[in-house]
Amino acid sequence: MPKETGWRISLIAVFVVLSFLYLTPTLASKLPSWWGNLLPKDKIHLGLDLQGGTHLVMEVDTQKAIEGSLDLVATDLEDTLNSKNLRFKRIARNGFDKVSLVLYEKGTADAVQKLIKDKYPTYEQSPTFDEGGFVALTLRVNEKDAQDRKDKAVQQALETIRNRIDQFGVSEPTIQREGINHIVVQLPGIKDPQRAIELIGRTARLDFKMVREDISPASGSIPEDAELLKEKMVDSATGAVTEIPIVVQKKSMITGDLLTDAQVRIDSQFNQPYVAIEFNSLGAKLFDQVTAANVGKRFAIVLDNNIHSAPVIRERISGGSAQISGNFTEKTAADLAIVLRAGALPAPVKIIQNVTVGPSLGQDSINKGLYAGLIGVLLVVGFMAVYYKLSGMIANLGMILNIVYLMGALAALGATLTLPGIAAIVLLVGMSVDSNVIIFERIREELKLGKSPKAALDAGYDKAFLTIMDSHITTLITAAVLFQFGTGPVKGFAVSLSLGVIINLFTSLIGTKVTFDLFLHKGKVKKMSI
Amino acid sequence: MELLGKTRIDFIGKRNISFVISAIISIVGIIGVIQVARGAANMGIDFSGGTAMQLKFSKPISIADARVALHKNGVSKADLQEIKDGNKLLVKMAGAAVGKPSEMVQAAFKKEFADNAFTVESSTEIGPSIGNKLRKDTLIATVLSMLGIIMYIAWRFDFKFGVGATLATIHDCLAMFAAFYLMNKEINLMFITAVLTIAGYSLTDTVVVFDRIRENLHKNLKGAMHTIFNDSINEVLSRTIVTSLTVFLAAASLFFFGGEVIHDFAFALLVGVIVGTYSSVFVASPIVVILENRALAKKASAA
Repeated sequence: MPKETGWRISLIAVFVVLSFLYLTPTLASKLPSWWGNLLPKDKIHLGLDLQGGTHLVMEVDTQKAIEGSLDLVATDLEDTLNSKNLRFKRIARNGFDKVSLVLYEKGTADAVQKLIKDKYPTYEQSPTFDEGGFVALTLRVNEKDAQDRKDKAVQQALETIRNRIDQFGVSEPTIQREGINHIVVQLPGIKDPQRAIELIGRTARLDFKMVREDISPASGSIPEDAELLKEKMVDSATGAVTEIPIVVQKKSMITGDLLTDAQVRIDSQFNQPYVAIEFNSLGAKLFDQVTAANVGKRFAIVLDNNIHSAPVIRERISGGSAQISGNFTEKTAADLAIVLRAGALPAPVKIIQNVTVGPSLGQDSINKGLYAGLIGVLLVVGFMAVYYKLSGMIANLGMILNIVYLMGALAALGATLTLPGIAAIVLLVGMSVDSNVIIFERIREELKLGKSPKAALDAGYDKAFLTIMDSHITTLITAAVLFQFGTGPVKGFAVSLSLGVIINLFTSLIGTKVTFDLFLHKGKVKKMSI
Repeated sequence: MELLGKTRIDFIGKRNISFVISAIISIVGIIGVIQVARGAANMGIDFSGGTAMQLKFSKPISIADARVALHKNGVSKADLQEIKDGNKLLVKMAGAAVGKPSEMVQAAFKKEFADNAFTVESSTEIGPSIGNKLRKDTLIATVLSMLGIIMYIAWRFDFKFGVGATLATIHDCLAMFAAFYLMNKEINLMFITAVLTIAGYSLTDTVVVFDRIRENLHKNLKGAMHTIFNDSINEVLSRTIVTSLTVFLAAASLFFFGGEVIHDFAFALLVGVIVGTYSSVFVASPIVVILENRALAKKASAA
């Protein structure tokens, strides 16, 4: 055996062993205990189209995050001015990037201007101007802060969503930020996608607001410091939904960010689930004060601007725990507890893409893909064996090697196999023998010229080399572009295709050549089976 | 075994016929591309935005009944399509928002076909902003891969061969668009993937033919262009057909056995493989002959 051949055979064998080594975690349902840490653990992941699951793209309404922070500034200024006895007519967010203040006198305006400059140095302050006899000024958030705030909002939303998904319990979820304000969530193998989507997409802003019994919801004129919200009541017997309008104080007494915990409990008396919440020390203090000052009055528990319930405060509640009850099933209570624990989203999110594949369709796709692959292999193997006889079988061997190496490479990279990825592999079955066809046809020509099998073989491989390189490189160019721009299934296709094309270069130029060399190296073979 | 013995077919002489055929294919393809660009073709929701659902019913369901059921419950703009095996129904609503439409469809079927339970096998909802982004990305991807291929060919071959190969590649892509446009099949991301794959793959045959032509041009400097080209094509004809045949077999098994999800994708590949083989013989080579002859005529008149 020539030295070079021995070398090449070892290389092929090493790759085969490596491929199977990398494939073991994918093929074995459970790794043996001696597998240890040094051996590879990555496996081929199945894409959502094969194992079923949900792929979501969400857009964070970052503008709302800015508006939210401006609302906070407005509230804070109200409190500060009140505490300093600076009288004002109105402080409110104005449009999407301003807070406007309306004051009674020029004197207070000067003091307020100075105060704002100290407290909010990064905001742009307008000079005072006259507004219907009052002194007005506006505060504008600067562009850079606004960008920072938006960026932070997306980051926070990502963390919150990750928290919620962790608590909901999904194995191997993927949560990623994409672009400026998009979040991509992948939930493989999820059983109840609708519930998960509701849980993830909910803003979950919790507010406790006092009910304004003094204003009738029907009155039509609601003062500026109050707002009209609705309480949804579902009749458990008929399922009919009624909405009760209630006027509440605009300003929250306590908000959900003061919570430390939320758990589902079951009411022993009525066997009804409810959500028990715990406040942090500041929340507990506030809750204590509010309940103490308002015994006998109603307060509203507001979730995402809908009133969940509006109970009467029967007594002062100290100790920082409370409960949210009413109209829960065990699932809805559990979901509410999750979102309250994980915290509210800093801004609402909108689902802009939702691809859900049921597990049965995924399994069906796998079966059909494998079946099509098997038939493809059989057809190609059969054809090559008939057309090129023994040489055809060598090409088939190269093709099988190609598939083994490709699967090994996919496993080593921890790549994701999608249905188009399977299609790419099936296609590669056809493509991988192409190189050998080109070589074999050349060998036949050389044999017809009267060359010996050995000489014809070498000439065939040499002369076909450039042609094969060319055809592989053009395929590789498109595969690389598809990889760069494709998402999900298309990316899976590109990964399989480009790896396959590269591997094929090796198997068809080195793998099959070695086999021929083994047969022909002594130069005694008179006839070639081709 | 040999499929073809020694052949002596006058491929180049038939160029007038093949050019007419290819021109018709290309024009239909261009119309198809224009319709796609205008959004007037049968666009997949990954480009147009909207909702697509695949439902599996427990009993057979007629499209007409399903349409009536949807209409009654306020879903008026839906494309329905039946998948033969397994009582499956595809519902497609282009341009619809995310969330609502899918719920409405499910509610409608639940109400109208109370005795025919169904499961949602898959649902895809894509907002318009994603559709726009995908369209833009796809356009960039297509332009980039075409540029990449053209640059590679320009580097490997001289200008005349480069023109021939590029035109043949564009011809193949247009033929796939033409087939999908005429059959009103859905233009979606998978179709574009197939087109780009074929753009890369169909060059294999062209390269095989071109390599042989170059080899013979170097060997035989005196012969007529026409003859050298014809001889070269005939010499490599069997490998052109066999390489395509193996890929065709693989794609055909995907087409027949791969399931409905990749059915159209496999169909596009089949069309591409066939047209790619045809074009390497009947489009790419004759174009180079014309260019070479023109260059020779110029040289002769200059001398």
